[in-house]
Amino acid sequence: MTFIPLWPQSVSDYSHQVDLLVIAFTVLIVALSAPVFILIVVFAVKYRRGRPADRKHSPNRNIPLEISWSVIPFVALVGFYVWSTELFATLRHAPADALQIDVVAKQWMWKFQHPQGQAEINELHVPAGEPVKLTMASQDVIHSLFIPALRIKQDVVPGRYTTSWFTADKPGTYRIACSQYCGSNHSEMTGSFVVMKPADYAKWLSQSSNDQTLAAEGAALFRSRGCSGCHDPASTVHAPSLVGLYGNPVPLQSGEVVIADDEYIRDSILLPQSQIAAGYQPIMPTFQNVLSEEDVLKIVAYIKSLQPGEATQ
Amino acid sequence: MSETATERVSYLRAGHSLKSWLLTTDHKRIAILYVLSITFFFFVGAIAAALIRLDLLTPAGDLLTNDGYNRAFTIHGVVMVWFFLIPSIPNTFGNFLLPLMIGARDLAFPKLNLLSWYIYMIAGLFTVFVLIAGGVDTGWTFYTPLSTMYANGNVILAASAVFIVGFSSILTGLNFIVTVHKLRCPGMTWGRLPLFVWSIYATSLVLVLATPVLSITLVLISLERLFGLGIFNPALGGDPLLYQHLFWFYSHPAVYIMVLPALGVISELVAAGARKPIFGYQFVAASSVAIAALGFFVWGHHMFVSGQSAYASAAFSFLSIAVAIPSGIKVYNWTATLFKGHISLDPPFLFAMAFIGLFVFGGLTGLMLAMLAIDVHVHDTYFVIAHFHYIMVGGTVSAFFGALHYWWPKIVGRMYSIVWGRLAAIFIFLGFNLTFFPQFLLGYLGMPRRYHVYPPEFQVLNVFSSVGATLLGAAYLMPFIYFIHSLRYGAPAGDNPWGATGLEWTTPSPPPKHNFDSVPLVDRPPYDYEVEMEGDNA
Repeated sequence: MTFIPLWPQSVSDYSHQVDLLVIAFTVLIVALSAPVFILIVVFAVKYRRGRPADRKHSPNRNIPLEISWSVIPFVALVGFYVWSTELFATLRHAPADALQIDVVAKQWMWKFQHPQGQAEINELHVPAGEPVKLTMASQDVIHSLFIPALRIKQDVVPGRYTTSWFTADKPGTYRIACSQYCGSNHSEMTGSFVVMKPADYAKWLSQSSNDQTLAAEGAALFRSRGCSGCHDPASTVHAPSLVGLYGNPVPLQSGEVVIADDEYIRDSILLPQSQIAAGYQPIMPTFQNVLSEEDVLKIVAYIKSLQPGEATQ
Repeated sequence: MSETATERVSYLRAGHSLKSWLLTTDHKRIAILYVLSITFFFFVGAIAAALIRLDLLTPAGDLLTNDGYNRAFTIHGVVMVWFFLIPSIPNTFGNFLLPLMIGARDLAFPKLNLLSWYIYMIAGLFTVFVLIAGGVDTGWTFYTPLSTMYANGNVILAASAVFIVGFSSILTGLNFIVTVHKLRCPGMTWGRLPLFVWSIYATSLVLVLATPVLSITLVLISLERLFGLGIFNPALGGDPLLYQHLFWFYSHPAVYIMVLPALGVISELVAAGARKPIFGYQFVAASSVAIAALGFFVWGHHMFVSGQSAYASAAFSFLSIAVAIPSGIKVYNWTATLFKGHISLDPPFLFAMAFIGLFVFGGLTGLMLAMLAIDVHVHDTYFVIAHFHYIMVGGTVSAFFGALHYWWPKIVGRMYSIVWGRLAAIFIFLGFNLTFFPQFLLGYLGMPRRYHVYPPEFQVLNVFSSVGATLLGAAYLMPFIYFIHSLRYGAPAGDNPWGATGLEWTTPSPPPKHNFDSVPLVDRPPYDYEVEMEGDNA
């Protein structure tokens, strides 16, 4: 089987469900196309020109028949549509307790940042059986994180965060690829996806230990880049407090109310004029060319950690 | 009757000078100009394809460099899409047949028609120049910000070439629309139009409505690259996904520009091959228009993993499966047409059968891609490549060859070798499947497209594909040889060698310069094969 693999490895409940859908759809393809293939050959033989055959009273139209062979396949397809769209919807709803890993894509490498601060290049270690949520940012062009064994893929787009999540069940090493063409070394922008038993993952984390968690690194940046000058509770500048901000609604000057998610915080740092919080002046400078995507992700992690009544990490 | 026929000078002999060809306003001669130039660009695109398949024989891609490979697939896509597939059937057979089929002397605007060809050639030669000047490495999709901020310097030149060829498309489309509306002969009602004319008409509507969007998008890319406008650059408040929306708003309908004329050709071939009226003419005609209309509402299915809203994706997924209805009508109606027919196994019909098989498979795998959860996995992999080559190459190119074999006697007045034609149809079918079927497996296994190097476990399937491509390439050369042979040695074809209906078969082969001596009058429904059927009925 190593000579010609015919089916990719499958390591999550989700990937098994995608396989099931694909197999069922293949059956549908056969069911819809077999009549055409078989009848064309049968007719070509039976009614070959010059061959004696009964050709009398052949009909030129039959509206009920025509409607039925257009509507019945469509109804079957709508069934598959519901199935597939439901499965797709699960990709959009990561569990709240998912392990949060940040992904930064750039020509031509993948960088993964674990919440405890460990960063790795072109390798992603995750614990088996635990939901993992990926928040992805691109430093340059559009890339696409593709993990075939999980049957998931998500473009990584400059200027916004995209997300995906999974629960890998089977320990092992699998492929990571970039599937959105991104220039010269596109096909070499690959990596390993390593699923480990939770105990092994804990051991791996401690071995590649990092002095600081992502949030702590973010806190350091928050001070060194001058954010604390305005946003600290003690500051005299009239800037919104960030404690308890994450995940809560923010009324904007425009009258809209948005939820302060990763994307909102990112935009507030890089495009501060785009969404002004109600009651504040648009005085914050942009950090567009000051902070890298990795730095922004760290500051986002720090702001997420600022929960009221809890000590900051 | 026969005396006047010999006195009439055919369009081929009405002037022999180069000038009589290059300044002609005869739609048939312009069609020949297109056939020659499209064949040239087909070879340019095919050479790039051959380089790609040779390079992929080994996992490390030993033949080309990274950048060389990227340029090869870019030029393959650009040339094949804009200089072969889009103009292939409309500009050659549409030009040649549209006036003949509706009983007109020429297109509505003959000079505009010639201008379209010149614009096409200028754009095409410009593309060849870009190729010589170092090529371009963005892929035919020109995605931003790769194309605007990171790719090598020829993006603007390549975009300009595509921009120019767009004018040719628009002018040809307008010309066809006006011709169908204004120049139908007496009795040629909309309900009696040949299905090929219906499909060319629907295609022309798409060309005229969609192409300007592409042109504007290419201008935006060039401006952004030159002046950093920031329309697509997030650092300046732009949006890279906006580009994809604009691009696919044209490029999905463009898929139907490529395949609708092919569907029209197949309807003609099936009716003539079975000597029967096409089953459910009205449904088949309406389905062309329905496909053209629906084609404008499905572009978002190229963007399921782009980061667009999940609700948008769900809507685009649903609209995409709706295209299955009119497409299914065509396929099942063709099959029903064969029932109790007098089926010929001559080359045109073999190509039509091959087309149906490949189109059905390509179409159904396209529905698979319309399913969100499946697309997330196979998007941007070889599965997608296999799917669209089944439609574009298995479909459109098979139909192009079918059309060439069917109307060749009309165009040049001579027959070709039927035996060699049959062999070519069979070899093309086999070579095609050997090339592209393994790519479905590669895609599901997770081999992304546009990959110059790949993991070794994918090699066996890639070798199958490359061997198939070699067979396919050789099979494509076969008609080239026997058609040239037939120009000199082929037996005279006669007016109607297939015993087909349709006004084009009432003219001599090759037709005289002005097509018809007197304005034809149509008093029968299309594909009226009942009369001819009597004698053959055993």
